[in-house]
Amino acid sequence: MVAITSPAFKENAARALADPGLQKALGTAKGAFLQRRAQAVANLPEFERLREIGRDIKNHTLAHLDFYLEAYEAKVKAAGGQVHWCSSADDARAAVLEICRKAGARTVTKGKSMISEELGINAHLEAHGIRPVETDLGEYILQLRQEHPSHIIAPAFHLNREDWEADFRRLHTDLPADRVFAERRDILAEARTKLREKFLQADVGITGANFLIAETGSSVIVTNEGNGDLTQTLPRVHIALASIEKVVPTLEDCTSLLRLLARSATGQDFSVYTTFSTGARRPADLDGPEEYHVVLIDNGRSNMIGTEFQEMLRCIRCAACMNHCPVYGAVGGHAYGWVYPGPMGSVLTPSLVGIEKTGLLPNASTFCGRCESVCPVKIPLPKMMRHWREREFERHLTPAAQRTNLGLWAWFARRPSAYRLATRAAMAALGLIGRGKGAFRSLPLAEGWTRGRDLPAPEPGGTFMARYARGQRGR
Amino acid sequence: MTKDAILGAIRRGLRRGELPADQQAMLGGRLATHPRHLIPARSRLPRPEQVALFIRNVEKEFGTVERVPAPEAVPAALADYLSAQNLPARVVMAPHPELSAIPWAERPLLGFEQRRAQATDQVSVQHGFAGVAETGTLVLPSAPERPTTLNLLVETEVVVLRASRIAGAYEEVWDRLRGESRDAVSGGFMPRNIMFVTGPSRSADIEQTLELGAHGPRRLHVILIDDDPAALPMADVEAPPPVAVPGGPAAPGD
Repeated sequence: MVAITSPAFKENAARALADPGLQKALGTAKGAFLQRRAQAVANLPEFERLREIGRDIKNHTLAHLDFYLEAYEAKVKAAGGQVHWCSSADDARAAVLEICRKAGARTVTKGKSMISEELGINAHLEAHGIRPVETDLGEYILQLRQEHPSHIIAPAFHLNREDWEADFRRLHTDLPADRVFAERRDILAEARTKLREKFLQADVGITGANFLIAETGSSVIVTNEGNGDLTQTLPRVHIALASIEKVVPTLEDCTSLLRLLARSATGQDFSVYTTFSTGARRPADLDGPEEYHVVLIDNGRSNMIGTEFQEMLRCIRCAACMNHCPVYGAVGGHAYGWVYPGPMGSVLTPSLVGIEKTGLLPNASTFCGRCESVCPVKIPLPKMMRHWREREFERHLTPAAQRTNLGLWAWFARRPSAYRLATRAAMAALGLIGRGKGAFRSLPLAEGWTRGRDLPAPEPGGTFMARYARGQRGR
Repeated sequence: MTKDAILGAIRRGLRRGELPADQQAMLGGRLATHPRHLIPARSRLPRPEQVALFIRNVEKEFGTVERVPAPEAVPAALADYLSAQNLPARVVMAPHPELSAIPWAERPLLGFEQRRAQATDQVSVQHGFAGVAETGTLVLPSAPERPTTLNLLVETEVVVLRASRIAGAYEEVWDRLRGESRDAVSGGFMPRNIMFVTGPSRSADIEQTLELGAHGPRRLHVILIDDDPAALPMADVEAPPPVAVPGGPAAPGD
């Protein structure tokens, strides 16, 4: 699997906050997805009802996941495809490599796939002499830069236009050095030309899957660029990578979820290309792959079933949670230190790689609840982050200072009069030094907290309880 | 065996063994009857408005549409479109009987080959299986007479679609496919590939700003044959102005 830097979340976040390029990119991107999603949702009066339906479809599927996976496999086989069941990332990498070797592959094109990032497919193929080429525009530049995605649907979320231009000039050295990128579309056109050659050369195409359909044995991809379709249409062999929770029962179930996906993700009513692949090229077909493989991956998901984290398996990877997250918006995706950033990552990453290394992630939340309020399948993300904090505390993984302070707080919280006395004293002190400033940029003994945030200074008028008591009397 | 290990782990999590036969039969019934969920009301319209909604949505997604009264009018519409876009009058065309039946000879300057697309082809003419008014989506199932590469390798894709094939919602297209399609390999109704295409290719990967023409076609043009008398626009209703001008350059609005 890819290396994990989640234990260094605090250092990662501090670096991110001090990175002007990243802050510029985050600032540019901030409003775009939010506005478009809000508009798309406003244009569909049934959206809230569809969220409930989406949740119910996924819950029904998870409650009968064994049945639907077996039904799905039978249909894939009937359509001339093969399913490779893989428990671990190692199994999946080995399965992909073996298919590529049997195909005599030298070049492999790839559609955008987060499970491929999770498995570390590219490094494994490269280590065995096979060249993987990312074809999604964002993934392409990240491969050139030897970076990982910072967002699950917009992988180059952290880059500015200047970065694109500089990297293309640095790496496409066969093109005139003085060429002009007058507009964004010139960057796009250059990538299109470069990648067209790769699409035509590739021996194997690897895509992910947004959904698997038990009724028909289909894998579904959803893209805007068309790179995923070129990847799964032109090479002789198509491999679809999919984790077990991607299965849904029927086309109707899939359709209802598709109505939620693009609106929640990019704010489109529907993505440009939604494609259903079922088996390999038919005898009379003029195009399409001759082999169709599905690498079906568990890699920790089955362990989540029956736990308080089962609901996380409803996730359809739209990224609405991270688009609406104030923490993600401040530090970007790389700070989270593994494949899946933002609120969904803060719940999923501990489930897949363990809480020992990832304890800071469920703590990287203000619990503002926006993630849950926009989730198309209504995953209670804050609740599950709290479950992880509890597990972390139970297992004594929380840092000693934090445990001591929590203990101290608990002592006061259980003694209301002492609590009020203490808060009144603290407020008076803060009020004294902070009056007229409005907010503290730093505070003695609390630098760790104020480094990344401002603390509002108390308004005159006393504590809530004091005001409440006055209000009662005044009635 | 890995499969058994995964299924076993799932069942342990669900605190049960393999599902009993009666429950399996119930779930099998759900697969066989594939019940519909809530379908948004926006596409439940009289036929003329449904077709108008389809056109509006194609244009909203930066595609273009031209309505023609009959198949005989397609060659002229295509030739005019190509010349308006400064495109060569050579196209690669789906070997579909409905397209073959169009009287192309009336436009002898229009050259075409019926085959799959190659990387050097600039313009394709594809046969539309269906359209979905809900989002202005074209449904293009693969078949020997409808190659997938026509949707992907060209700069400009022209889809010839009959108005009678425009449905309100996706679910109606699934039922049509279940009724009309038979797959030689699986015996089911799903062909190897079905593409749902909504507008021309695009990317927002550079600064989350939409640009048209990523890896697929830069232009998507629909020639809509008005073969459905019930779907014709009502004479006394003035059509709203189109978002994009048919044949004009598509320009992203944001």
